[in-house]
Amino acid sequence: MTENSQKPSVLIDVKDLNSGYGDRQVLYDINLSVNDGEILVIMGGSGSGKSTLLKNMLGLKEPSDGRVLVHGLDLSNASQSELLKLRRSTGVAFQGGALLSSLSVGDNIKLPLRQHTDLDENTISIMTRLKLELMSLADCEDLMPSELSGGMLKRAGLARAVIMDPKILFFDEPSAGLDPVTSVELDQLILKLRKAMNMTIVVVTHELESAFTIADRIAVLADGELVTTGSVDEIKACTDKRVANLINRSPRDVQIDAEKYLSRLTKGAK
Amino acid sequence: MSFDCSEHLNYKVLHLTGEIDLSNSSEVRRCLLDIINQDYSVIVDFSELTYIDSSGMAILVEGLNTANKKKTSLKIAAANGAPRQVLELTRLDQVFTLVDAVSDVKE
Repeated sequence: MTENSQKPSVLIDVKDLNSGYGDRQVLYDINLSVNDGEILVIMGGSGSGKSTLLKNMLGLKEPSDGRVLVHGLDLSNASQSELLKLRRSTGVAFQGGALLSSLSVGDNIKLPLRQHTDLDENTISIMTRLKLELMSLADCEDLMPSELSGGMLKRAGLARAVIMDPKILFFDEPSAGLDPVTSVELDQLILKLRKAMNMTIVVVTHELESAFTIADRIAVLADGELVTTGSVDEIKACTDKRVANLINRSPRDVQIDAEKYLSRLTKGAK
Repeated sequence: MSFDCSEHLNYKVLHLTGEIDLSNSSEVRRCLLDIINQDYSVIVDFSELTYIDSSGMAILVEGLNTANKKKTSLKIAAANGAPRQVLELTRLDQVFTLVDAVSDVKE
């Protein structure tokens, strides 16, 4: 984004977010915005807080402190009807597809339309097949999820996530567990979806190649802190050690707080 | 979103304006199928259409299929911008007959 260009409108605004599980704090003072129409990739190693941040952005987890605003709506203070309206315009593709095992692939994809619209069944069927075609799953409508490979499950999950043509799409680990060719195809699909449907897309991944291919901006998390946010080139040139470690695939150089370490090891001991 | 119907040669022209999405596509479906079921050939004019979602595309696919069965036709005119990209994304640009403008249809 150049200084001269028009200021983008912020769709998702994460402000001073702290979040965790019980006594364990996972995210520390996260400030992050997602602009309308952009693809933001959240990167970080395992345990960096990526999934927790995603849950907070989806309103599936209450922050212990701070706020998440989507379209200006504070998710913590939103009414059920406001959240429902927001969720109807939001798609989520989970890591493993998260299809219901008792329904066929086609019925899984149709589910949001049957639940949230009064569209004619003909329209629903054609919409479903359009999405299956888009995901190269044309022959899979009548199959059960257990009959699909990992990559196919992921694409079927994406088909269901975009069946309502959401304005915002969250995609958790699109490339994880996929072969390189399928992974590249999925990246291209994400780019096409954004272009044609003008979606705002938030992708959580630890796959560098995928992030560099699809991202307008990348946010790097490490140990629950937002290290930096920038364009692909800015991230590649970033001198912060934690970002460089992630890019160069170097193992983390964990600094130990001796006192805290000892306290963890001896917690509860008499 | 609004739509109105006019005539061009022997065609009914369905002129779509604004955005077609889940909230209004059923209305367009009723109108389109009503015209096709009266055995008219149809030109769907996209010239003032700014957005069409996949429910809108599904309706056009159903309309084309019905028209084919009736040996009439359904053409799309002036598909540009985002609607054109949706047609291309779904590869429906290879299924529909696309014309640059309603006036380009000569017979």
